[in-house]
Amino acid sequence: MKSKIAKISIATIAALSLSASVASADTLSDTLSQGYLKCGINSGLPGFASADSKGHWSGIDVEVCRAVAAAVLGDQTKVKYTSLNAKERFTALQSGEIDLLSRNTTWTETRDSSLGLNFAGVNFYDGQGFLVHKSLGVKNAKELDGAAVCVQSGTTTELNLADYFRKNGMKYKLVAYDSNDQVLKGFETGRCDVITSDSSQLYSLRIKLKNPAGSMVLPNIISKEPLGPVVRQGDDKWFNIVKWSYNAMVAAEEAGITSKNVDSMLKSNNPTVKRILGVEGKLGENLGLKKDFAYQIIKQVGNYGEVFERTVGMGSPLKIKRGLNALWTKGGLQYSPPFR
Amino acid sequence: MFALLRDRKVRGILFQLLTIIGLVAFLWYIGTNTVHNIEQRGIRTGFGFLTGTSGFAINDSPIAYNETYTYWRVFFVGLLNTIIISVIVIFLSSILGLIIGVLRLSNNWLIAKLSSAYIDIFRNIPILLQILFWYNVVLATLPSPRKSIELFGSIFINNRGFYVPKPDMNSTTIGVMVSVAFVFVFVFFLNRWANKRHEETGEDFPVLYTGLGLLVVVPIAAYFIFGANFNFSYPHLRGFNFTGGKTFYPEFLALTFALTIYTATFIAEAVRSGIEAVSKGQKEAAASIGLSSYQALKLVVLPQAIRIAIPPTINQYLNIVKNSSLATAIGYPELVTVFAGTTLNQVGQAIEIISMTMLVYLVVSLVVSALLNWINFKMKIKER
Ligand SMILES: N[C@@H](CCC(=O)N[C@@H](CS)C(=O)NCC(=O)O)C(=O)O
Repeated sequence: MKSKIAKISIATIAALSLSASVASADTLSDTLSQGYLKCGINSGLPGFASADSKGHWSGIDVEVCRAVAAAVLGDQTKVKYTSLNAKERFTALQSGEIDLLSRNTTWTETRDSSLGLNFAGVNFYDGQGFLVHKSLGVKNAKELDGAAVCVQSGTTTELNLADYFRKNGMKYKLVAYDSNDQVLKGFETGRCDVITSDSSQLYSLRIKLKNPAGSMVLPNIISKEPLGPVVRQGDDKWFNIVKWSYNAMVAAEEAGITSKNVDSMLKSNNPTVKRILGVEGKLGENLGLKKDFAYQIIKQVGNYGEVFERTVGMGSPLKIKRGLNALWTKGGLQYSPPFR
Repeated sequence: MFALLRDRKVRGILFQLLTIIGLVAFLWYIGTNTVHNIEQRGIRTGFGFLTGTSGFAINDSPIAYNETYTYWRVFFVGLLNTIIISVIVIFLSSILGLIIGVLRLSNNWLIAKLSSAYIDIFRNIPILLQILFWYNVVLATLPSPRKSIELFGSIFINNRGFYVPKPDMNSTTIGVMVSVAFVFVFVFFLNRWANKRHEETGEDFPVLYTGLGLLVVVPIAAYFIFGANFNFSYPHLRGFNFTGGKTFYPEFLALTFALTIYTATFIAEAVRSGIEAVSKGQKEAAASIGLSSYQALKLVVLPQAIRIAIPPTINQYLNIVKNSSLATAIGYPELVTVFAGTTLNQVGQAIEIISMTMLVYLVVSLVVSALLNWINFKMKIKER
């Protein structure tokens, strides 16, 4: 019982039993008065959240934290990051250790209905896949009967894995670890034949291997994994702020506003652009923020497309194609409800 | 009325009463407040989740389990694994600790130094590091399944575990197992009887040889009586992995090795201090009545030393149970890994799950210490 998870769980219990009442929870005021955003991210998943040698975090999930900080505090650097493994993340959010969870987390019914979470959007549409040693000679997941499979415990991945093998009448040996590092070690030392995880993550796991060329990703995608930022239930104002901070990035891409042209766009005649940037209307104030909240996001962080390309897309080592994450106008699923 | 308050006794009672009322009110407040807060946050409450389907697999279960079983079952699988690993490590570390503790005081310089080096090294390296060392360094370097180390054509050792043949649970197997248990019980009572007779008449009875003899003869007899039908399931390579037989997984092995070697150092120290606490005069007296040094150790020193060593050893046994939860680092599916970890993350009911887990540790701790206190009491020197 010496683990971090036990510590966080106990903190949750303490928070839930002692705090006067959460109905009055006001995460916005708390964040404003402490002067920084408490954001939970992955401990090291290139493209999603990883730290460089100077301790600077980057990745598509990190950009969501920065966008919310820019919207709320006017400064994208005012974030206190907490890196969490899969098992720690929900308790950290419930206990108030973090106020925003942006850690490649799949939106599911149970997490909405029983864990008391609210998903504020989907910043990456993913699906689960398999990474195998090339020497295994396997070309398709259907050939994996009897294989030992490494997986991170406490994930939807672990559940989908069980479903997939059951559905196909195949057997497997589960090797479940708490941490990604141990998953990689297990794969490299041959404890397991296969790693399974969200497929975008397979590519970033693969570049962490000592010999990336010795392994390959199988073509099968066995699940839907809509990944997105999460907040606690019981604070609708905060929920809205995160939701619309994210929407602002997508809406900016839809309207052609980028971090480079945002200043000239302030003079645009397009009413949609005017409303997004807060030149017209009171959208920001309605959320409890400044009226230029979206301007700050776009100026300091960028629109969704820019963020995607620089973290996981062609401007990154992962080189993931937009695919499902293209705008709805380009055959993808990224879509912002109207700013009005 | 005020006069009463000046009475010390009355005042004492009054204050105690007020304290109790205050405490009850506080607990009541915490209780209702917690439930209220949880409901506000839309987190499910209650123990209803236990009957839900888990949906995830567990790699090493002593009872039937797959992803279609309930969270209740997950709880029991975790609990059983915690108990199994604890019992095994308690047994092994006691033996190892006793041996090392005695050797540590050996007159042979080399043996004494080696034992003390063993204690110094393994006691001072954090246990988590030792677990990871066994797991990621020692066991992980074993060959892959296809290149397994093979012993007697039926035991296989590779980086996915140790595979041994397993007898089917038919009437012969069960009959032989029961007969072995029977021999042990019989020898226990035989020993009692022999001791009593020895005290009364001074006559000796060869309990050890009789016991060993019975241990050979009785199971063989049982084998033939119960149908002479041993049927082993042998491990064999199928596809990627071995199937059949009994598997000891690397997670289990690493945890067993690391905890045993670590805890044995503490038990050895307890045994050593027990031996040192037995006064020199006792050994000299034993020598002067002509006992060999082995006899002196066995008959005079150890029986007293062990009494002194029991209390610190109790603590070590409890530490084993608690330390077994470090298994989460390597994914051995004990209670904290599968229940307070995976299950908690899937259903998110921290209060219920952490309470159940803590309760288990509390009960196990209480039971272990009650048991050992009882042994302690039983072994107290009876003054005559
Ligand atoms: N999307 C899934 C899986 C998320 C997950 O934790 N994936 C793992 C497997 S790649 C991961 O990100 N691990 C990184 C780490 O813990 O460092 C979920 O929400 O349950």
